Amino acid sequence: MSDAPLLDVQGLRTHFFTRAGIVKAVDDVSFALARGEVLGLVGESGSGKSITGYSIMGLVDAPGRVVAGSMRLSGRELVGLPPEEMRKLRGNRIAMIFQDPMMTLNPVLRIDRQMVEAIHAHEKVGRKAALARARDALVAVGIPSPDERLAAFPHQFSGGMRQRVAIAIALLNRPDLVIADEPTTALDVTIQGQILYEMQKLTRDTGTAVIWITHDLSVVAGLADRICVMYAGRIVEQGRCVDVLTAPAHPYTQGLLDSVPSRNPHGARLRQIPGMTPSLLALPAGCAFRDRCPRAGVACGAAPAMQEVGSAGGGRGVRCHYPLVAPLGAAA
Amino acid sequence: MLVYIIRRSLQSLVVLVAMSIIVFAGVYAVGNPIDILINPQADQIDRERAIASLGLDKPLYAQYLVFLQGAFSGDLGKSFVHATSALGLILERMPATLELALAAMLIAIVLGIPLGLWAGLRPNSVAGRTIMATSILGFSLPTFWVGLMLIMVFSVMLGWLPSNGRGPTVELLGVPVSFLSLEGWRHLVMPATNLALFKLALLIRLTRAGTREALLQDYVKFARAKGLTNARVIGVHVLRNILIPIVTVIGLEFGSVIAFAIVTESVFAWPGMGKLLIDSINLLDRPVIVAYLLVIVSIFIVINLIVDLLYSLLDPRVRVTESQG
Amino acid sequence: MATLPDTDTDVARTTAPRAVETPAGRLWRDFVANPVAVFGLGLLGIIVFLAIFAPLISPQNPYDLAQLDIMDARLPPGSASAEGHPFWLGTDDQGRDMLSAIFYGLRISLAVGAASTVLALLIGLTLGLVAAYVGGRVETLVMRIVDIQLSFPAILIALILIAVLGQGTGKVIAALVTIQWAYYARTVRSAALVEKRKEYMEAARCLALPPRVIVFRHLLPNCLPAMMVVATVQVAAAIALEATLSFLGLGLPITEPSLGLLIANGYQYLLSGKYWISFFPGIALLCTIVSINLVADQLRDVLNPRLQR
Repeated sequence: MSDAPLLDVQGLRTHFFTRAGIVKAVDDVSFALARGEVLGLVGESGSGKSITGYSIMGLVDAPGRVVAGSMRLSGRELVGLPPEEMRKLRGNRIAMIFQDPMMTLNPVLRIDRQMVEAIHAHEKVGRKAALARARDALVAVGIPSPDERLAAFPHQFSGGMRQRVAIAIALLNRPDLVIADEPTTALDVTIQGQILYEMQKLTRDTGTAVIWITHDLSVVAGLADRICVMYAGRIVEQGRCVDVLTAPAHPYTQGLLDSVPSRNPHGARLRQIPGMTPSLLALPAGCAFRDRCPRAGVACGAAPAMQEVGSAGGGRGVRCHYPLVAPLGAAA
Repeated sequence: MLVYIIRRSLQSLVVLVAMSIIVFAGVYAVGNPIDILINPQADQIDRERAIASLGLDKPLYAQYLVFLQGAFSGDLGKSFVHATSALGLILERMPATLELALAAMLIAIVLGIPLGLWAGLRPNSVAGRTIMATSILGFSLPTFWVGLMLIMVFSVMLGWLPSNGRGPTVELLGVPVSFLSLEGWRHLVMPATNLALFKLALLIRLTRAGTREALLQDYVKFARAKGLTNARVIGVHVLRNILIPIVTVIGLEFGSVIAFAIVTESVFAWPGMGKLLIDSINLLDRPVIVAYLLVIVSIFIVINLIVDLLYSLLDPRVRVTESQG
Repeated sequence: MATLPDTDTDVARTTAPRAVETPAGRLWRDFVANPVAVFGLGLLGIIVFLAIFAPLISPQNPYDLAQLDIMDARLPPGSASAEGHPFWLGTDDQGRDMLSAIFYGLRISLAVGAASTVLALLIGLTLGLVAAYVGGRVETLVMRIVDIQLSFPAILIALILIAVLGQGTGKVIAALVTIQWAYYARTVRSAALVEKRKEYMEAARCLALPPRVIVFRHLLPNCLPAMMVVATVQVAAAIALEATLSFLGLGLPITEPSLGLLIANGYQYLLSGKYWISFFPGIALLCTIVSINLVADQLRDVLNPRLQR
């Protein structure tokens, strides 16, 4: 079992060149993902988490593009890969699930067609064999009467079922990595739980690594091995899930945790992070969280670099001049 | 499905009857029906005979019933100018108009959809912008003026194509058609292209708009995420979605093409129903006008019905709700 | 452990918002981003200017018989009249200067087009809003009529109306209005239906505002973008339709010679090579319609919510 990470992202920058200015949607993001690991990518809307996912898949649409950085999948550089090579990887070695199950499936094509084409895009398989694989995939995600479902159209499914189909399609070619972009946000809470369970079971069974993108900390709490917290296009904290959630190092993470209503003592005033996320067109110089941070100080005028905190080898990093957990080597 | 067809057919019948009432009211009630329907040159004896036989001395609803009776047996009056059955005149000229309309529609589809697709896929390229700019021209140029310019260039200056009339016809399945001969083509090309221009521009813009919207949809992103080739994403996913509204538009526009042919037929002296209508309006030959209106309304209703059925066949979402409803 | 700040006093510490831009200002900014649209707007401006000031700028009043000389008839562009002033675009069969005739013709074409559009807009807008707001059988009735009318091509309806009503300027405008109101009614009603479901409408109703206020102060302004696009396209369509009718001899009378009539005049001379009598009025008509459509196109792109990401 090699120690080399499955996905190694270094200094990724994805910018959007709009008429109103340059939007630095992803601004110097670095993380590593081991085989079979589940990484939670957490942040509010506009934090750049979805664009990070798209950048890895090579699906960033104009006027955006990856301007700098490196992304290595099993050692192979993805940035600058010719489009045809990237296409061969998509749906094959890396797969993606999207947020809104209503629109991700093509409404005018049958389910079996949409599944079989995902197989045929990468492998020469006979139609019968492909259909059999599709059927098995539907069974694996817990869809009853798969034969009838294969001949149906997307609008005949409920939201939760459609998402299961999307998951089945993503796992059809047994990818090494699945990027799930808020797949449960648009679903009811009970369905959410089911989908989470299915994902967990499937990825453990197949050893697929997952990047789970979400704004909801409670979703990743039970699911992820490691967490990256993003704010205004940068990763502000990363580390093992249990470490980050029990002893957050960045004030933003602390604020997020405190905002969860269930963590609030009953009857006390609800806590919130003051202010609003800054517009990505007009980021303040230095630390982007400066204007909302209770710990902000003089040093925050300069953008902080990622530094290791906590105990050595714990893999914890934070981008803050005044972190809540002492940086490595500093006095306790 | 059968229920749907029957229901729609009944609705169409209602519309047809309603239209016949409107046409009837328009012709027989507005203005002096005696002047409208009786040849102004008839003398007093003939006038009284005609009034009696046309039932113009009876109350309005009775006249309408007589009119309906006549309509069912195919008798919509005699033309003043040609002294033959008005309906017969119209039906005689219908193949020419239909031939022109079909040729024009074909040109518009074969050129319009691919060009529109291209413009939608690459909206900011030189080709894309040129296509859109030209389509605005196609939209804006008044049909009759383009016809005049075509005649000016191709008939007067270059002498390549004849400036009016229809080519020699042959019988095909009992219907006289002219596109089977080269001479027939030479006469057909200019009017058909002239007529096609407006619809061509429309189809280009429609296809482009549909493509641009479709490309922004999540299912396109998902299809790409599956690793499908661009050709398949566009050719299957995008195309299947945009074709549904486009097919319905084509169907509905066909009726409009038949009506627009009026202008083209006038410019090119093409012997179709449209030219007959204009001549009739100018000569106050009202039975022919009435006959034309009823025939055109019937054609429209039939087209609308077919398009509705086609739409429910093409869009799986509509199909299911109908069977559950 | 630092205490969390009191949110009230800290609200002021948020980043200041950018200068507020009015919707009209944003519309203008988006509109002029496309140079083709700006060109269209400029061209349209010139045409309107020519039309309004036609009597002042035309070299000749082509409808003053005293100024015409039959000896000047059918002269090609660039020739000079007996008195020496040049006929830039040639003359027609009556000796009229084409350039002047075109300026006057623009006037009439634009006037008829604008008048019919404005009338149709008012009627269609009112009916559409009422239908959408009142709903029920009123709405069904109005929209049925609209649907039936819109399923027939404009030219057909125009011809029927002219055949029944007879000819004349008022009747042509009436025909144009009858054709157009349905577009406005349908557009307004669709937009109004969408807006009706939005929360601000519910809020307005909760405030128990009188229906008149709700419809005209709240509903109407939000339906305006769709209306603007339809109105611009329809003006061009009305002008084109009137020209077509005049060309067929069923439009405006000879006393109000629009561009269509001028073109019709020149039809018979086309085959003998005297193209300018039809050609130049056609170009003028073309420029008018194209410029309006260019403007309408950009408006549509700019105002289409589905194309904004």
